[in-house]
Amino acid sequence: MTEVLDPWPFVWAAYVAGAGGTLALLGWSWLAMRRAEKRRDEVRQR
Amino acid sequence: MHGFANPARFLRLARWLTPSLLAPGVLIASAALIWGLTGAPADRLQGDSVRILYIHVPSAWLGMAGWMAIAGASLAEIVWRHPLAGVAARAAAVPGAFSPALCLLSGSLWGRPAWGTWWVWDGRLTSMLVLLFLYLGYIALADAAARDGGGQSRVAAVFGLVGAVNIPIIHYSVLWWNSLHQPPSISFGGLGGGSSAMAAAFLWPLFAATLGFSLIFGGVVLMRMRTILAGAQAEARLRRKALVREAQA
Repeated sequence: MTEVLDPWPFVWAAYVAGAGGTLALLGWSWLAMRRAEKRRDEVRQR
Repeated sequence: MHGFANPARFLRLARWLTPSLLAPGVLIASAALIWGLTGAPADRLQGDSVRILYIHVPSAWLGMAGWMAIAGASLAEIVWRHPLAGVAARAAAVPGAFSPALCLLSGSLWGRPAWGTWWVWDGRLTSMLVLLFLYLGYIALADAAARDGGGQSRVAAVFGLVGAVNIPIIHYSVLWWNSLHQPPSISFGGLGGGSSAMAAAFLWPLFAATLGFSLIFGGVVLMRMRTILAGAQAEARLRRKALVREAQA
C-alpha cells in the first residue's frame, strides 16, 4: 500500500527555511558589516 | 586582478557593488519564489511537491559554486599571493555552508512525499553532506588562522583546493552509482524547450530563482569581505597606536 502525503506542508516548510534562512543570513551579514565599519571609523577618529 | 589588491580601491568598488547585487537579487528571488509557489504548474507525477525545486536546485548550485569560488581564491592566494584572495575565500565560506545545509534540508522535505523517506545514504546525498562538513572544516581552519593573527592561512587554502575534488563527485554521483535521486535534467538550450528533460514552464522560474539567489550570495560575500577588511584595518590601526605609545614611553 502506498502512503499518499499532502505535499503542501513540505513545500511550505522548504520555502520558510529557504526564504527565512536567506533573510537571516542577509540581516546577520549586514549587521556584522555595519558594526565592523563603525568600529574601524571610531578607531580612526580616536 | 592585482588592480584590486589595494583594499581601499576594492572597498570603493564593493560599496557600490553590494547594493547593486542585493537589491535585484532580493527582488528576483522573491518574484521567483512567488512564481514557483503560485504560477508554475504542478508536476504530472510528483504533484505540488515539485515546487521545492525552486529552493533545492539554487541551493545545490550555490553550494558547489561557493566551494569552486573558495578553491579559485585559494589558488590565487597560494600561487599569486593575492592579498584579498584569502579574505574572499573566508567570506564565501559561511554563505557557502548555508547552501548545502539548505539543499539537504529542502531535499529531505522533498524526499519524504516523493520517495517516502527523509534520507538515503546514496552517492548524491552523501557527497552533498560531505560538502557541508568540508565547509565547516574550512570555516574552523580559516577562523583559527585569523585568530592567530595571520589573517591568511596556507593550510586553509590547501584545504580549499583539495576539497574541490568533491565537486565532480557530487555532479557525477547520480551517473556513477544507483540512486533514488534523478540524473541531471537540465541542459543549456532547455529554456527554449529543446534538449532539457525539464519543461520550459519549470525551467524559467528555476532560472529566475537561481539568478536571484546567486546575486544575493554575491552580495553577502561582499558584505562579509567588507566586515573582515574593516576588522583587520581597525586591528592594524590599534596596533600602530600601541607601538607609537610604547616608543614614546
